[in-house]
Amino acid sequence: MWAMTTLTQRPEPRVETRNPGMPFDPGQLAEIRVNRSAVERRAATIPTRRTVKREWQAAWLIRAVQCLDLTTLAGDDTPGTVRRLAAKARQPVRADVLRRFGLAPGSVRVAALCVYHAMVPAAVEALRDTGIPVAAVSTGFPAGQTPRRLKLEEIRESVAAGASEIDIVISRAHVLTGDWSALYEEVRAFREACGPARMKAILACGELGTLRNVAQASWVCMAAGADFIKTSTGKEAVNATLPFGLVMARAIRDYHQTSGARVGLKPAGGIRTAKQALDWLLLVKEELGETWLQPSLFRIGASSLLTDIERQLWHTLTGRYAASHHQPMP
Amino acid sequence: MGVTEILRTMEYGPAPEAAGPALAWLDAHGRRFGLFVDGRWMDPADGATFETVNPATGKPLATVAQAGAADVDAAVAAARRALEGWRATPGHTRARYLYAMARQIQKHSRLLAVLESMDNGKSIRETRDIDVPLAARHFYHHAGWAQLLERQFPGYGPVGVVGQIIPWNFPLLMLAWKIAPALAAGNTVVLKPSELTPLSAMAFCELLVEIGLPPGVVNIVTGDGATGALLVRHPDVDKIAFTGSTEVGREIRRATAGTGKRLSLELGGKSPFVVFDDADLDSAVEGIVDAIWFNQGEVCCAGSRLLVAESVAERMLGKLRDRMERLRVGDPLDKAVDIGAIVSRAQWERIAHYCRVGVEEGAACWQPSWPVPAEGFFFPPTIFTNVAPSATIAQEEIFGPVLVTMTFRTPAEAVALANNTRYGLAASVWTENVNLALDIARQIKAGTVWINSTNLFDGASGFGGYRESGFGREGGREGMVEYLRPPSDAPAAPPAARPTGTSVPDFTRAARDGRPGGVPRIDRSPKMYIGGTQVRPDQGYARLVYDAAGGLLGEVGEGNRKDVRNAVEAAHAAAAWGLATGHARAQVLYYIAENLEPRAPEFARRLAAMTGRSVEDAAAEVEASVGRLFTMAAWADKYDGAVHSVNVPHRDLTLAIHEPVGVIGIVCPDEPALLAFVTLVGAAIAMGNTVVAVPSQAHPLAATDLYQVFDTSDLPGGVVNIVTGGRDELAKVLAQHDDVDAVWYCGSAEGSAMVERESTTNMKRTWVDDGRPRDWTAPWAEGEELLRHAVQVKNIWVPYGA
Repeated sequence: MWAMTTLTQRPEPRVETRNPGMPFDPGQLAEIRVNRSAVERRAATIPTRRTVKREWQAAWLIRAVQCLDLTTLAGDDTPGTVRRLAAKARQPVRADVLRRFGLAPGSVRVAALCVYHAMVPAAVEALRDTGIPVAAVSTGFPAGQTPRRLKLEEIRESVAAGASEIDIVISRAHVLTGDWSALYEEVRAFREACGPARMKAILACGELGTLRNVAQASWVCMAAGADFIKTSTGKEAVNATLPFGLVMARAIRDYHQTSGARVGLKPAGGIRTAKQALDWLLLVKEELGETWLQPSLFRIGASSLLTDIERQLWHTLTGRYAASHHQPMP
Repeated sequence: MGVTEILRTMEYGPAPEAAGPALAWLDAHGRRFGLFVDGRWMDPADGATFETVNPATGKPLATVAQAGAADVDAAVAAARRALEGWRATPGHTRARYLYAMARQIQKHSRLLAVLESMDNGKSIRETRDIDVPLAARHFYHHAGWAQLLERQFPGYGPVGVVGQIIPWNFPLLMLAWKIAPALAAGNTVVLKPSELTPLSAMAFCELLVEIGLPPGVVNIVTGDGATGALLVRHPDVDKIAFTGSTEVGREIRRATAGTGKRLSLELGGKSPFVVFDDADLDSAVEGIVDAIWFNQGEVCCAGSRLLVAESVAERMLGKLRDRMERLRVGDPLDKAVDIGAIVSRAQWERIAHYCRVGVEEGAACWQPSWPVPAEGFFFPPTIFTNVAPSATIAQEEIFGPVLVTMTFRTPAEAVALANNTRYGLAASVWTENVNLALDIARQIKAGTVWINSTNLFDGASGFGGYRESGFGREGGREGMVEYLRPPSDAPAAPPAARPTGTSVPDFTRAARDGRPGGVPRIDRSPKMYIGGTQVRPDQGYARLVYDAAGGLLGEVGEGNRKDVRNAVEAAHAAAAWGLATGHARAQVLYYIAENLEPRAPEFARRLAAMTGRSVEDAAAEVEASVGRLFTMAAWADKYDGAVHSVNVPHRDLTLAIHEPVGVIGIVCPDEPALLAFVTLVGAAIAMGNTVVAVPSQAHPLAATDLYQVFDTSDLPGGVVNIVTGGRDELAKVLAQHDDVDAVWYCGSAEGSAMVERESTTNMKRTWVDDGRPRDWTAPWAEGEELLRHAVQVKNIWVPYGA
């Protein structure tokens, strides 16, 4: 049933173009409208209108793994736990499982390893020569209530330490007070500090009050040069919901049509099951198209998700329900 | 396909719902179904059958009985036999049966969903997530009505044996919409499913057997339009409830005219989907998907006319085309398919025909780049731009996945385009501005308006149309009323014999004959009362009014069709009356009463003179009329709508608003000349309608004497127009008038039949007395039973959320 192939299963290589940003345009911002009930209805029906089964489900789950920002953001992270996670990042799915799906062992790896600044050196060291980027959360993550100077310094330090992706947090106050130009300036400055590192702007949607604010903040961050917009830190009371993702995806689509630049989407926080991961892939395919279904434009920030995907792959393969302890832990 | 290849394309794969259990169910019945009559399956008397076909494959699914006259007779007889027992069954017991039906539907939900999908061609996603859950919900909701009926509708009873005819687009759901309220109210039912989609009804019969519903309460006869016609014309059926095309609805109206059969019709639509420049356009695009590509567009309330603000039209259409490219058409049993198969070849050809006509008439047709499956009746989602309101595809109901687009510049133009249709079933309005949303919702003539949403349904909300989309509501309290017989709806006692030999006060005759001394009286013959002034009748003919003794009492104008035409125009010009507050309307009604009262003796003498009744008796009528005006004034700001508690996942206010029907033609009975006039006209204008009234043919002066009362009571011109003359001639003109929204007729049985028959060109609402005099002092004339005729319910769904 599963054809064996020797092809490696990396997504097609893409030129990683950066988002150059656009001038700040308050008029365009003011025109943004979001209807909450309609967004919720669409978000609720994407998973009921679409589904993938059998080998399609397996392939989609493997793609979810390939788009994974494997993350640890805990106070008790140590170089040891980060090394363990890095090992899992290199080999996220059991080799025997991959083989039975016709995929070469080692051909599937996660998109990035995401850590605090302090763990960047350990992560970089553990992933040397793998090509897997290290992402650092930054700018006073998660609340972003530290001095601007320190935020910029934190970015530069992480980049200097080898992080090639920076997940910044925006100042929610700028959104909540409607000071969009301040937000634009802030994110622009962060982007400059990132230099060659790709920047993901965390909106912390759960703290923005309304979906319209989410849409407007998305637009401002993209105009300011964010390469990705990301739903949440994972530390808000409400994190990655499909309605947030839908609003952000639609903003990305509009921004692409306006500017020609493709900005990526990263849901993060609370995505723990294979089903949830598939729902996000469905949302991205439906709203943004297949182009976005690759790590250069789509990431899932998660940690425990991987184990559930492995269990689901096992079930797809064997028809038997899997045990967690049969999957190698991170 | 290998995982490697899928990873390259990230395409969707097949996700088939298993058809096995449903096929096994069909096989277990030998792929053959009879008629469900009196709780048993029986073969049609003449053995006739037809085949039902899977439109996704074109292959037959089962052979089904074609019921003939003997079979319909048997079914109606069974329902009649069961009626007494069922109506006497306590509400709580009926509630248990309805509750059991809801449970059975839920327990067998997947079988029903798959059967429905195979028989109709609609997607399993929709049958599973929408049709079947809504059907179960309808039974739950109406189990509640059965439970509450005796207390909520005291004195009401069932209509009797109800014939129900349902269409093929939502076979199980329409069955639920029909059967649930009928049974809750204590009626018994003979239901005919569409010959294209009978299978879910067959499965439903089995559920009825499982719950032990008493035999005869529900009978299901399958067959085509011929079977439906037998049911419609059956003399022992008390009510017909029909959902289907406006053309068939018209035929049913004609066929039942004058039979006394109650009628509710849910007919076609060409519903507007209005997008303003401040709408969430992405959500509006998704709304369009749910509006016109839901159920292959085979939805009576489909948002089939996209009206979009010119300033955002290009952006909107660009987004829409992108979205259409991502729709998926194919195997209805695939769980990831949006649009299934068209129900039949004939329907497919009808859709294709309209698309050809659209192109021929100059509209631009656009369809996605991908092909639809070659086998089976599949039609791609289609959008027309550059469509003029005069285009065939902008006016006619296509009943397929075809959207036509027009642009507007202002809210007023949006309303004008939205209402430029013979239909009035539903509308969808998209804007983030609550002022705009509600303003437009009130102005669009439709039974349901969805704000920033579309195609939402629930048992608690009434559904039904304005204009040629039919009359009657299904769901909610307003839907229950359709299946109930009000307390007054029994033959009244014959009118008291006219007193003879009554003495007529001398001065009446004196007034007519001139003052003593030979000075002729000043002629005060009333003219027509149109637009707030007296105007001469179109033709210079007068109608003589006699007193009880046959003496000449006066003259009134002999109205003709042009007088009616002018009166209807005046009534339309006064439509602002409907926007006045209830308080303001009440003030006018009180003022009329106030100005009538001082002239009570004069009115009493006039009534007495015309009718030969005693002055005391006539005075009592005048006094009752003053009181009746007070009653209608009192109701003007109290007969409110409701906020329905609908079952939807989002926050929602569903506002059931009592809107005026519009222009009502009121043909008054001969007697009581004043009280009946005041009652009917008072109720109509209290609810915001404007009126063309034909007063008592025999005693018209009671009404014409009111001209001066009206003139001094701040009644805006045109709210009440009065045309005197021959009752049935004028009634016929009103019934045939396409711009009259309702006709109330009190007169003869023949006149009643005529009014019902002639009402069909615009499917106006009619309310006739079938020649049975009413008791105008009874409670019905004082309350909601009467007012119900003067309003139509518009349900405005308002989802909200910061």
